[in-house]
Parts: sequence; structure tokens; C-alpha cells
Amino acid sequence: MVPVSYYLILSGILFACGVTGFLIKRNIITIFMSIELMLNGVNLSFVAFAAEWKALSGQVFVFFVMVVAAAEAAVGLAIIIAVYRTRETLNVDQVNLLKL
Amino acid sequence: MLSIESFVAISLIKTVIALFVLLTAVAYTVWLERKVVGHMQNRWGPTRVGPFGLLQPLADGVKFMFKEDLIPPHVYKPLYMAAPMLAVVFALTSIAVIPVGNSISIGGIQTSLQIADVNIGLLIILGVTSLGVYGVALAGWSSNSKYSLLGGLRASAQMVSYEIALGLSLVGVLILSGSLSLREIVDAQSGTYWGVLPRWNIFPQFIAFFIYLMAAYAETNRIPFDLPEAETELVAGYHTEYSAMKFAMFFMAEYANMITVACVASLLFLGGWHGPRFGPPLLQAILPVFWFALRIFGFLFVYIWIRGTLPRFRYDQLMAFGWKFLLPLAIANLVVTALVVAIQS
Amino acid sequence: MHLILFLAFGAVCVAGAVNLLVQKHPINSALSLVVVMGSLAAEYLLLGAEFVAAVQVIVYAGAVMVLFVFVIMLLNAGEEEETKGSRVAMIFGIPGMLVGSLLIAWVLIEHSGNKSLAAGALPGPPKTIGWLLFHDYLLPFEVTSVLVLIAIMGAVVLAAAPASAGGRKD
Repeated sequence: MVPVSYYLILSGILFACGVTGFLIKRNIITIFMSIELMLNGVNLSFVAFAAEWKALSGQVFVFFVMVVAAAEAAVGLAIIIAVYRTRETLNVDQVNLLKL
Repeated sequence: MLSIESFVAISLIKTVIALFVLLTAVAYTVWLERKVVGHMQNRWGPTRVGPFGLLQPLADGVKFMFKEDLIPPHVYKPLYMAAPMLAVVFALTSIAVIPVGNSISIGGIQTSLQIADVNIGLLIILGVTSLGVYGVALAGWSSNSKYSLLGGLRASAQMVSYEIALGLSLVGVLILSGSLSLREIVDAQSGTYWGVLPRWNIFPQFIAFFIYLMAAYAETNRIPFDLPEAETELVAGYHTEYSAMKFAMFFMAEYANMITVACVASLLFLGGWHGPRFGPPLLQAILPVFWFALRIFGFLFVYIWIRGTLPRFRYDQLMAFGWKFLLPLAIANLVVTALVVAIQS
Repeated sequence: MHLILFLAFGAVCVAGAVNLLVQKHPINSALSLVVVMGSLAAEYLLLGAEFVAAVQVIVYAGAVMVLFVFVIMLLNAGEEEETKGSRVAMIFGIPGMLVGSLLIAWVLIEHSGNKSLAAGALPGPPKTIGWLLFHDYLLPFEVTSVLVLIAIMGAVVLAAAPASAGGRKD
């Protein structure tokens, strides 16, 4: 028997790692991976809550999150390739053409 | 209900037997391939070691083990070491959910001829084989050589592309049998149509079978889709920089994947272990396994036959074939199957 | 048993997530993310969500992350360059984060009730999930499919070589 809060804490840790990675990483691909990590953390809490309330809707929601994440990854990686083609770098600090 | 100790013990025994059989089968598939391709090309194939060269796999194994294991200085070592292990582990894992026959009872213990009878067996096989891409992709990347990198890139693009067609071709079968458990899918194929034709999924789903076969050749990187290791252009593709046991692991992974694909095709399309059963009880128990093995042998033979017959595709042809022909065909087949089932029910 | 398995896979999860942050090379980060996803699939299995676990492995580990690895290989992404962060953020950020997370953990443990979940608490067999998807959630399902279609077209348009760059020779 595992308390629900343990699952929530694990999901919180994953989400926090994702946020940290999003903020401190400078490689655009790693930043994208941090976003995926956040989504995964959220998914875990969805499944845990579904188990707590005995409602399968939580698991269905995870399904939707996954589909959206896959779509987002496809578009995001395409954007990364487009950025790399014009700027020849993956460092987000150097993609600053709009900066004054 | 079994106690946990006996459950673990039985599972362990089954795992050991399954791994032993699988590895032997891998070794003798290599022998079969060399022999059959040899005869197709007016050669003899291996003849020197043992009768008909039957001990050749053993000799090869010994050779692989005692060869010098070269590690080129320019590789990225952790991933270079890990890649062949990943490939072979994922290739061998999927055997865990493949049933090879009905349940048998030995010494009063009823046990199924399957390591783990799970109700999402097919999904597990799909998941594990989709993880197999990592071995190939990482091998190509970590070798730090242009041929390996090109081979790895081609392999990952090809496997991801054909996985979609492969998955969609299986959905038609799933609609017909209404289950993801491999055992139930096989059970749904018992009996006959109109008393003569066996009730195998290949007859209503022959288009799906064709798509599955094509996509499976691409998934396992076999001729005519062996672009990742096209030796005329890429030396040996992703395993160019590998030698000795690490190379052998890729080799084993490739043949183990072929066997897995053949198992899935037999289970889903050809009725698994169904076949005539006769004779004394012992023979009755063994016959289903024999019929299953026979189907797998047939598939492996077709694999080798195609290797001896067809030339290699060009890379853009390969991608166009996967995306512009197989995928629409799979979707059309799915829609038609769903419509027919919906109208019938 | 359930607790031990939960803790083991949870530890692997957290180790993978931290490794993602620590590693300098994107391919190492990508692989640690794969490890996180794999152990998350195991956590789902512990909760009984077998279908979600399988889809997690197939979609996330088998497709999305392969795409990431593919792009890393394709662009030949190298080691990450360090850029200087602000000192204030370092001094106040790390203790602040620790305090914040401890606070949240405390609140969760104290106030989320005393419910605990048994292994396989809520089985999610594919049949039930499918029934829910195609009955109760049919509209969201269709909308998602349109979203995926748009994403496919967007990805193709974005990643296709511009005509002027000589990507197409014919």
C-alpha cells in the first residue's frame, strides 16, 4: 500500500526537474526534453488521482496528453531544424535576432 | 492458485528454456540462411564443420568469443559499449509474451507454454520492438564515423516510418478478434470457414498480411530494405566499427528480431499452433508446438528466399513505398475491416 | 512489496531526471529521459494502468524520444555551451527551491487524506479505455486527431528544405 501523496511527490519532483531544466539549460533540444519531463510528471499525478477516485477518466486524459505531447514534439523538432538551418546553432542565447 | 515460490521457479525454468531455444534457433537460422542462399547461388554453403556444416554455428560462436575486441579510439565509449547490449536485450525480451502452445500439465502442475500470459501481449511486443531502434541509432551515433552515422540515421528513420504501417496492419486483426492477448487472438482463429478453410486471419486480412510482411522486413533491416547496412555504399552501416562479440550481438539481435516477427505473423495471421492433432497423448501435447515451429520455419525460409531474390531499394524509394503506399493501404484496409465488422454486428 | 517497487522505480525516475539536468551532451540527456519514461511506465503498471503503461513505452519512449535522438544525430549537436546565469538567482534560487518543495511535500503528506493505493488499484484494460474514448470522449478524440493532422502539416512545412536553398535538385 502506497499513499497517494507519495505518487504526487514523485510527480512534483519530476515536474520541478523539468522546470529547472527548462530554465537552466541552453541547448534548445534539451529545453524541449525538459518540457516532455514536465508533461510526464503531470501524467503520473493524473494516473495516481484516477486510482484514488476510481475514475478511468484520469487515464483517458493521460492518453490525450500523450497525443498532444507527440504532436508538440513533431512541430517543435521541425522548428529546431528550421532554426538550425538559418542560425547554425542550437544555443538559445544566440537565437536573438529580435533582441535590441 | 500457485504459491509465489513455485510461480517464480516455474517462470525461471520457462525463461531459461525459452532463451535456450531462441538462441539455438538464432544460431541455426544463420546456418539456414547461409545454406539456402548458397544453394540459390549455385554454391554449397557451409559444409566442412560437421555433417552438412551443422556445427558451423558453434564454430562461429567460438570464433566470435575469442576474437580481439577492438574499440576504436575515436568512439564515444559508454554508448558504444551499451548499444549492442541494448539491441540484443530488446530483441530477446519480446519472447517473454509469445505463447507457443496450449497449456500443459507436468507432475500435476498446470502451466501455459508462455512465460508471461498478459492481456496486452501484442502491445508489449510492439513497445519492445520500438525500443530496439535505440541500439541501432546509438551504435551509429557513438561510433563517430560517417558510415555508421549514415547507417544509424537511415535505420532510425526507416524503423520509425515502417512502425506506423506495421501497427496499423495489425489493427485489422485486432478488430476481428477483439483482444490484445496473443492467446485469445489465436483462440479466435480456431475452427473453419464453411467447413474447409481454416479460420485464420490471413484469409479475411490478406492485405494486412501483405503490409505486415513488407513492414516487418523493413523493421528488421532485411533485404530488400537493408539500407542501414547496405554494404556497397556504407561498408556495413551502423555496425561498421564493431568487432568480435559486440558485432555478434547485433547479429543475434537481427536474427532474434526475425524470429519474433515470424512468431507474431504466425500467431496473428496463420492461426498460431492450430493444426491436426492425433496419436497418443504425448504426441498430442507436442504437435501444436510443432505446427507453430513449422510456421516460423516457413516465414524464415521466405525471408531468406527474398534475400536471395530481390535487389535492394534506393533510399527515397524505400521512404516513398512506406509512406505513400503501405500507410494509405493500411488505413484503407482498416476502414474497410471496421465497416464490415460494424455492419455484421 | 508495492512500496519497495514504488520506491525503486521512483528512485530510478528521479535519478534519470536529475541526470537529464546534469549531463552536458543532449544525447545523454535524451537517454536519461528515456529511462525516466521507462520507469514511469513501471509506476503506471503498479497503479494498474496497463494500457497507459504500454502506450507510454510505445509513444513516448519508442517514438517521441527516437525523434529527439534522431534530430540530435542529424544536427550533430555537440556539448552544450555554458552561459553565465545571474548570481542572485543562484544564491536565492536553490535554498528557495528547497524550502518551496519541502513545503509542498509537507502539505501533500499532511492534507491529502490518508488514502493509500493498493497495487493495481484501478485496472485500466484497453477495452474500457477504448469504450470511454469512443463514447464519453468522442469529441475531444476527434479534435485531437485534427490537432495531430495540423501538427503533421506544420512539421512538414517547417522542416522541408526551402526551395532557394537547393534542397530539391529536380
